[in-house]
Amino acid sequence: MAEKLFARPQSLLDVSTHYCPGCQHGIIHRLVAEVIDELGIQKKTIGVVPVGCSVLADQYFNIDSQQAAHGRAPAVATGIKRVHPENVVFTYQGDGDIAAIGMAEVVHAAARGEKITTIFVNNAIYGMTGGQMAPTTLVNQVTATSPYGRQLAVAGSPIRLSELLATLDGAKYIARVSVNDPANMTKAKKAIKTAFEVQIRGEGFALVEVLATCPTNWGKTPVEAKTWLKENMLPQFPLGVYKNIEEVKQ
Amino acid sequence: MAEKVLMKGNEAIGEAAVIAGCRYYFGYPITPQSELIEYMAKRLPQVNGVFLQAESEVAAINMVYGAAGAGARVMTSSSSPGVSLKQEGISYIAAGELPCVIVNIMRGGPGLGGIQPGQADYFQATKGGGHGDYHCIVVAPNSVQEMAELTVLAFNLADQYRNPVMLLGDGALGQMMEPVDFHNLPVIPVEKPWATTGMGERDKPNIIDTLRLNPEALEAVNDALQKKYALLQEQEVRWEETFTEDAELVLVAYGISSRVAYSAMEMARAQGYKVGLFRPITLWPFPKAALLKAVDKAAAVLTIELSAGQMVEDVSLAIRCSRPVHFYGRTGGMMMSPQDVYQQIVEIFETKGGK
Repeated sequence: MAEKLFARPQSLLDVSTHYCPGCQHGIIHRLVAEVIDELGIQKKTIGVVPVGCSVLADQYFNIDSQQAAHGRAPAVATGIKRVHPENVVFTYQGDGDIAAIGMAEVVHAAARGEKITTIFVNNAIYGMTGGQMAPTTLVNQVTATSPYGRQLAVAGSPIRLSELLATLDGAKYIARVSVNDPANMTKAKKAIKTAFEVQIRGEGFALVEVLATCPTNWGKTPVEAKTWLKENMLPQFPLGVYKNIEEVKQ
Repeated sequence: MAEKVLMKGNEAIGEAAVIAGCRYYFGYPITPQSELIEYMAKRLPQVNGVFLQAESEVAAINMVYGAAGAGARVMTSSSSPGVSLKQEGISYIAAGELPCVIVNIMRGGPGLGGIQPGQADYFQATKGGGHGDYHCIVVAPNSVQEMAELTVLAFNLADQYRNPVMLLGDGALGQMMEPVDFHNLPVIPVEKPWATTGMGERDKPNIIDTLRLNPEALEAVNDALQKKYALLQEQEVRWEETFTEDAELVLVAYGISSRVAYSAMEMARAQGYKVGLFRPITLWPFPKAALLKAVDKAAAVLTIELSAGQMVEDVSLAIRCSRPVHFYGRTGGMMMSPQDVYQQIVEIFETKGGK
């Protein structure tokens, strides 16, 4: 009898997603779902999905979930986690959601050491609303609301959220990864798994920033987009582990 | 607990919430409701509950959204400017049909306003406040005893109808001390199979969302909400009336203003003026039919509020503009006296020609 070597994770429903061609939310959803399956926590996990491109993620994950208002996912997750401390609660947020309107919520959730996991997808642009400037948009990057490129003198410089949150004592694991190539995808999955394990061990707040492409709003093909990410985003947003309580302990 | 305890209104809400089974409170300090957040900070850990001081009112109401969705009895409280900040979350809570209790101990506005009592959030509380077609159930106590009773009722109604309930008080009620009896407050537990608790034994996930990109689906959601609101208007209207049977003038007032109006009515009755008092206890749903009946013998109505006259619209609509509706109010945190209201009563009677 043939052995099944590769299948859809149980935590991901067999439905078509609405994401654009070349968008990497699908990959990141899959990595999160694989981690949930491997940790055996599907039945006790509660997801909080954001406003933005991944607003419909609760229709794709096969877990209980709540949809939050723009930026408020860490506050919603806080409410859930305080009611069900034995469950695993994660938020899935984009850059506009987490680093603009929701900056206060994520900073304070991290500062409280809230025992939740945040998956932060950074594609340097607002996707769902049609490609406007985000807090993570690169200097000189052209968007719908920075038609002459993001001007440093007017709009300031991109926010490096992982570095910022890593300064907070309540943050126990903060890492930046990328899904621009298979090797980085493997590393991304490992970081996501670690971030969930930090929560399961009850240590505190964990966040994984995932650099991803937005071919539609960048005006590029999926392949060009991956190259653009590598050449432009990686220098601005260096990959790595910015905080790891396990390493601190050692 | 003793038969009756002397307590501040704000604290009575807190104790009643604990009795109602509320074990989660998320809030942010603001005058004149801070005794409530302080009470919950002290009390909830004693009953294995969770108190959390949020970084803002916006965060607090979204923590409430999460906890309510997760199946808890949960409360937040604030005062006028803080409740404005909570409106975003309240719209989502109403859309998600999540049960929770929101306390507004009103102060004078607009803007930062002051810290003295006001009732100028009536429109915001009863007409929506946030975006979209929705209603909170709004209950308005007028004593410390009622602050306790209506808090328990608020939790029961919230769960029964899966709807946010706002307890609308004011700085005077919040700060005043009166004896309160916490016995015989009926707590009605409600099962919540829809809550996000983790799938556990369930085959299908529970999802709490408010996005309906399909216009037909969104209209269906709105239709269902309106059906619930119609049911509430039918079943959950509460009011109190005194001496309305023969009243030629009916005073309409809620909350602290109704206490002042009551004293003025007594003064007027002593002088032979046929005056009655109608007090809405639910501001939404507004007791429209009851008020129409209460003004049956009356030639006019006098609405008394700590605002520029917000409830006047509901009063006029309820009596179908069949009689003149006079208004007397103070703003800015100023409180009217019974003599002030009595003076208004006398003027109305004299204008229309005697007792």
